[in-house]
Amino acid sequence: MDSLIVLLIPLLPLIGFIISGTLNKQANHTLINGLTCGSVFVSFLLSVILFYQLQSGSAPISYKLLNWIYVGALKLDLSFTVDALSSIMLLIITGIGFLIHVYSTGYMHDEPDYARFFSYLNLFVFFMLLLVMGNNFVVMFVGWEGVGLCSYLLIGFWFKNNAYNDAAKKAFVMNRIGDLGFLIGMFLILNKFGSLNYQTVFDLASHAATNDPTITVICICLFIGALGKSAQIPLYTWLPDAMAGPTPVSALIHAATMVTAGIYMIVRTNVLYTLSPDAGFLVAVMGVATALFAATIGLKQNDIKKVLAYSTVSQLGYMFAALGVGAYETGMFHVITHAFFKALLFLCAGSVIHAMSGEQDIRSMGGLRKKLPITHITFFIGTLAISGFPPFSGFFSKDEILAKVHEYNGGFMLFTILAITSVITAFYMFRLYWLTFWGNFRGNSHQASHLHESPKSITIPLILLAVFAASAGLIGLPHLFHAPHLLNNFLAPVIINAPTLEASASFEIALIVVSLIVLALVTYITYQIYVAKARIPVADADEKGISKWVANKYYIDELYNALITQPLQAVSTFANNYIEKYVIDGTVNSFRWLTNTGSLLIRQIQTGSIGLYIFGIVIGIICMFVFKFYLA
Amino acid sequence: MSESLLLLMLPLASMLIVAVYNGDKGLLSKGAVAASLISLLASVYVLLTFNSTVGFQSVSSYNWIPSLGINLSFGLDGLSILLVMLTNFLTPLIILATVNREIKNQRAFYALIFLMQFALIGVFTTLDAFVFYVFWELALIPIYFICLMWGGKYSGAITLKFFIYTLTGSLFMLTGIIYLYLQTPGSHTFALQSFYTLDLTAQEQSYLFWAFFLAFAIKIPIWPLHTWQPDTYTDAPTAGTMLLSGIMLKMGIYGIMRWMLPVMPLGIMQWQNLVLVLCIIGVLYASCLALVQNDFKRLVAYASMAHVGLIAAGVFTTNIYGLQGATIQMLAHGINAVGLFYIVDIIQSKTGTRQINELGGIAHNNRLFSILFVIVLLGTVALPLTNGFVGEFLLLNGIFNYNIWFAAFAGLTIILGAVYMLRSYKSIMLGDIASPSSKFETLQYNEKIVLSVVAIAIIAMGICPQYFINLAQPALENIFQLSHLHN
Repeated sequence: MDSLIVLLIPLLPLIGFIISGTLNKQANHTLINGLTCGSVFVSFLLSVILFYQLQSGSAPISYKLLNWIYVGALKLDLSFTVDALSSIMLLIITGIGFLIHVYSTGYMHDEPDYARFFSYLNLFVFFMLLLVMGNNFVVMFVGWEGVGLCSYLLIGFWFKNNAYNDAAKKAFVMNRIGDLGFLIGMFLILNKFGSLNYQTVFDLASHAATNDPTITVICICLFIGALGKSAQIPLYTWLPDAMAGPTPVSALIHAATMVTAGIYMIVRTNVLYTLSPDAGFLVAVMGVATALFAATIGLKQNDIKKVLAYSTVSQLGYMFAALGVGAYETGMFHVITHAFFKALLFLCAGSVIHAMSGEQDIRSMGGLRKKLPITHITFFIGTLAISGFPPFSGFFSKDEILAKVHEYNGGFMLFTILAITSVITAFYMFRLYWLTFWGNFRGNSHQASHLHESPKSITIPLILLAVFAASAGLIGLPHLFHAPHLLNNFLAPVIINAPTLEASASFEIALIVVSLIVLALVTYITYQIYVAKARIPVADADEKGISKWVANKYYIDELYNALITQPLQAVSTFANNYIEKYVIDGTVNSFRWLTNTGSLLIRQIQTGSIGLYIFGIVIGIICMFVFKFYLA
Repeated sequence: MSESLLLLMLPLASMLIVAVYNGDKGLLSKGAVAASLISLLASVYVLLTFNSTVGFQSVSSYNWIPSLGINLSFGLDGLSILLVMLTNFLTPLIILATVNREIKNQRAFYALIFLMQFALIGVFTTLDAFVFYVFWELALIPIYFICLMWGGKYSGAITLKFFIYTLTGSLFMLTGIIYLYLQTPGSHTFALQSFYTLDLTAQEQSYLFWAFFLAFAIKIPIWPLHTWQPDTYTDAPTAGTMLLSGIMLKMGIYGIMRWMLPVMPLGIMQWQNLVLVLCIIGVLYASCLALVQNDFKRLVAYASMAHVGLIAAGVFTTNIYGLQGATIQMLAHGINAVGLFYIVDIIQSKTGTRQINELGGIAHNNRLFSILFVIVLLGTVALPLTNGFVGEFLLLNGIFNYNIWFAAFAGLTIILGAVYMLRSYKSIMLGDIASPSSKFETLQYNEKIVLSVVAIAIIAMGICPQYFINLAQPALENIFQLSHLHN
């Protein structure tokens, strides 16, 4: 029975995809809603059942579908296992996935291609479930590339717009760069452990020596995959562009679920990362660098979704920082809280964009709190959560990350940067909040006349997410409250041999007090700037100096274009126009020339003059004699 | 009559019937489809009764020229049955793809396709080197005429080059075959089995390697012996391109596995490093060239070259992953290449152009076509759960086991492949509707059938590849045993 549930969880969204995918544009919305939202909702209920089974001490539950690829030492099954880690991911994917499906029924209501949108969403849920349910690396890879495909399809959902199509293509290609790392990592694992099944690999690895160079290389290769999927330096530039997709997609795929796949992967392979402190350190450094870098860009963005996108990149950096220092549960903790508050923020942004008739520039907003009360309140809760105000969820997970990084040997520098970053985070989030919901309305009269709160299908998911964004921190209370850390206890069977990093109670208290003071200050300062003094950000063209650099995202896209895209194009064009035509084909054609010229030359001898022929014969005979008697 | 002979003779019978048929034209194309389906059914029947574990089976042998030890002998093992299946699976699709196209002199056209099918099955089933050579060259004749008579405006020069180029390669192989023949004991024989038992020095094997390799490398083609390929693929009629890329180039890969690995393993070991480097250069080179093509058909031609370069690299790793990957990918590439070239043909016949920059926005009004196109594209870029993934995963793993850096470079194909395929899909299908694209009408019934069958095959093979792996495994193990290579 339980194993059947394991099969049904991904199967239902797949069926939803297939049926809604074959419906045409005229299909009834209610039918589509029932199919696609319904299938995800049932999967959610089933996930809850599994969660309670595991909670009450059940062993991981598996289902084997078929023998997939058996060649040599490689024995790959299409099979699934749900353990504590998968179970948490299942709840996030199907739970938040369901809310976003419901939200989309309101948000995409007027979309002519309604069925196609929902079929893609269901397909995404299917692949995301495969990613977290697989019991070997290749099934994870199936989901991994599958969600990349859905991301591609959904970013370019409005495919009439070529900028969107380019964004979609960029997302797929950058992910593919990471995927090559993942692939090579898998080959290394297969070579080293003789298997790609989690159980076999982790059992063998738990007896392996620390600092084994092969394991370090494996970890780095897998991490390259994570860099692409979870949008970290240097493969992050696709995520802000991915905001071209419909907003529910940004919330589900590019905030709550898919982009956390890289974190899931590292938590899943925590045995290996614990064996390689070097790789762990690299992960932490990249995470911290990305967190700071993306946050600074977030300061100068004026598109409501772009701010949130850079914020996502930055928050993912926090999670990697936690993983890098070996605090895997803490990384997962932030995955959970981030899933709630970031999905909430994106959906609120969607509600705002909806009300603003498609406007996304916060310079044209302002004062929306009166017309959109529910969106305003829920967005405010989201802002408090991400900024880390106690007792909202982000506070617990982020402070836990800061504390663990602080305890990490040599982690003081990393801790300092992350602490500064959290101030920047609060700054750009409050900037966004004040500019959007306070002050005077700065849009045009057409937009002003259309301002309205969104329908229930949109606001109810907002309210539910806000409740969780506010309260999810309770699953991981700090030590000082002397309450059990529910998440750590639940995840304990999955985390093997990880180091223990425990901050002292006094440090935790200090952290809480300092962060409260700083957050209050940031709130006050941003209020002064953006509401009291109403300093609206200047037009893009008027940016100067460092501001201009930051507003243009440090020109990283331009740099990649100059360093990779253009040279590749130039080399390819050169190969096409010269090497192919003149060198390779030229050599082949020279044989024709050789034949022609050769035969022309030889034809000269064929004169028909008997005298010449006899002369030739005589010379030949003399040569033979000379050869026979003198040289041989 | 044994099964292998039945499979061989059916296309010949089809050819004769089509050639003498003198009636209604509409009926002719339907009859051709029916005839090719009979071959397919026969091969499915053979497959169902096939026992892959016993080596060559349903062997039949007839004296042809006894004084020279030449026998018409045929047989099937797991490797050959898979390639026969591929041939018989793709031929009906290729014929069906042409039924609503204007084709002058249909009788000759279909007769040549069947002759081609006959020759290909001959290559894949014969157990005699001389007969192998005869079929190998025989396959060149129908494709030469198909390209010449139904090809584009430069077909004269291009097909001549193609013909001479591949013929030159084959002559080297002929000398190699004769040399091997002369080494056989007693009154000499061309039998495959006797070649397998020859005791050749490393030096001999090294020379023989080049004699055979040149023939196979030109056919595949391996960089830099490829320049006949883009021109021929681009200029040939679509059926010809499908035959060439879908099936004919597999003759080269099959040849390496059947005639080189077991006969001259020392020669292979001596040169495999060089060949792998050439193959991988070819993969990257062809991918780069595909990036800058504007003619979609030429782009697909280079993409095809990139993919077969990886297959050849897999074979030359001489490990089980590489060989299994090559086997699976031969089937996958055959199916995907036929799908892609047919997509090119559909676009060209409906819009009048296949220049990427002149097209755009076809997806707006043609949902089914865009779905099928995407599935074929995904198979080509090796997305998991498509056939392309299974092949490329095993191939790259094989190359990895040979040398990790080779795998890293060869692996770039998964990135570059995504770039050029998505780029062309975007320009052709997405964005604003370009004026030629507005002429794009809904798919006709045969177009729907062919593309749907291809799409289903892509996904089915991606989910259940083990069936094919199991079929090939004993045959590949046999190759390892004969060549004394470690698997």
